[in-house]
Amino acid sequence: MEAIKFEHVSFAYDNGFVAVDDISLTIASGEKVAIIGQNGAGKTTAVKMMNGLLRPKSGKITVFGEDASKRTTATLSKKVGYVFQNPGDQIFNQTVYSEIAYSLKYLKIDKAEIERRVIAAAQMCYLADELQTNPYDLPFSIRKFVTIASVVAMDADVVILDEPTAGQDLLGLTYQKEIIEQLHQRGKTVITISHDMEFVIENFDRILVMADKKIIGDANKREIFWNFELLDKAALKQPVVAQLANRLTMKRNIINIDDFVSEYEK
Amino acid sequence: MAVLELKDVTFKYQLAKETILENISLSIEKGEFVALVGRNGVGKTTLCSIMRGLIPTFHTGSMSGQVLLNGIDISDMSIGDLALHIGFVFQNPFVQVSGVKQTVFEEIAYGLENLGVERSEIIRRVDEMLIQLNIEHLKSKHPMQLSGGQSQRVALASVLVMDPGILIIDEPTSQLDPQGTEEVFETIRLLKERKKTIILVEHKVDWVAEYADRVIVINDKHIVKDASASEVFADPMLLETGNNLPQVALLALRLKESGKTDIENIPTTLDEAYQQLKGRTDHGSH
Repeated sequence: MEAIKFEHVSFAYDNGFVAVDDISLTIASGEKVAIIGQNGAGKTTAVKMMNGLLRPKSGKITVFGEDASKRTTATLSKKVGYVFQNPGDQIFNQTVYSEIAYSLKYLKIDKAEIERRVIAAAQMCYLADELQTNPYDLPFSIRKFVTIASVVAMDADVVILDEPTAGQDLLGLTYQKEIIEQLHQRGKTVITISHDMEFVIENFDRILVMADKKIIGDANKREIFWNFELLDKAALKQPVVAQLANRLTMKRNIINIDDFVSEYEK
Repeated sequence: MAVLELKDVTFKYQLAKETILENISLSIEKGEFVALVGRNGVGKTTLCSIMRGLIPTFHTGSMSGQVLLNGIDISDMSIGDLALHIGFVFQNPFVQVSGVKQTVFEEIAYGLENLGVERSEIIRRVDEMLIQLNIEHLKSKHPMQLSGGQSQRVALASVLVMDPGILIIDEPTSQLDPQGTEEVFETIRLLKERKKTIILVEHKVDWVAEYADRVIVINDKHIVKDASASEVFADPMLLETGNNLPQVALLALRLKESGKTDIENIPTTLDEAYQQLKGRTDHGSH
């Protein structure tokens, strides 16, 4: 089933600045998709239209078969959860518990179910010991997990992670990998925006490349990261291991350490 | 002589139960590019604040030990005097932006204005920064209306324009795309050519390995390693302190582990990896 469909979607801010220019895409339910491209390419604007935080100027957006323009943002965000790039844009409660529970109050579920979901989401996001902590007493990198837990608790079918790796250390990246894997196993659609190519390659297969307000590439990661013309256009580079493979004139399509090691023995 | 020296520094934040850093001693020479690495929460930013003199004056707590700038104890200097010698680029660019200026140009000029630098000189230096950090197109924008990546570059520019001898830069690329990250590292390389002393906190070890001279690893309140970048990043022990190794080092270790290479030195940069592995892949082409 199609989770998200964009048909010729464009977006312009009130001052006339065009941020997304005529993009079309289809993301199937359960897919894992990464969107890459330069700052200002239109990535965040594009995903914010998926749950109605922004509305297109033209074109049509369909979410699980329903015309998004006929749905409120509140309704859409139950299906499509968006984790903001900057956790400060999202957090406003006094404790981690109340922050995660906040949106659940607007769902038709009872108190016991709210509590169950908050605790489950906190556990999944490695926050079980921080439920009574003020989110602003947590470092930025951990605060990010509070915002992820809030969206996880909503049990939305689509989870969008905007720059989840910014400021994360090795442990944080490991946690994120596990969260993405769990969401995937539950059949969720996971979409990320990231500048971290190793993270993208490790956790996602399909890559959308945006440049100058448009989608200029949509393919498997092995194709994307060996398409030099495309990478140039988007001001991106191959991941380091692929750069090395390229310089050593090894087989194309090597994108990570596993690939490299297995090719090297042949 | 060391430009910056820490002697047996221990610090505990006012409301914290435990010390965050203990017995930190280090010495940094003029023109060195030193990276600080360690897991989140280990005290890297705290160490930066100590070097900048913001601890214990601005962020209070109990501190022992000494911080010397060019041999002078910084507790004998005012924060303002220190600012002329040490520039500090904060982790969160939104903290850096003054909030009193209407354009990016004025924001970057703000520090120089406060020093009473001549107008034509201010314009010359700000323009130079705008070009160097590739943010000319932002010069008339409001500082509060920038994206994370743009703010990060403006914050860096507003410190660099002051031309301090020592720069402490805390995670300058966390919000930047790969090209923006490269520009920041290239800017740091230029600063190094101008004999500036640079102290950088950064998680992107692939970049640090390419550019930094020396790496200090902090773990569990202490400095656990202080050596050249090529030595620190070739040592798998680093993984145990919650830091990653550069991709090429991880790759070389895997190749060795599986008996597919007998290289002795683990490479830490792309060039080193290429030099070490070239000529050994002929088998791949037939």
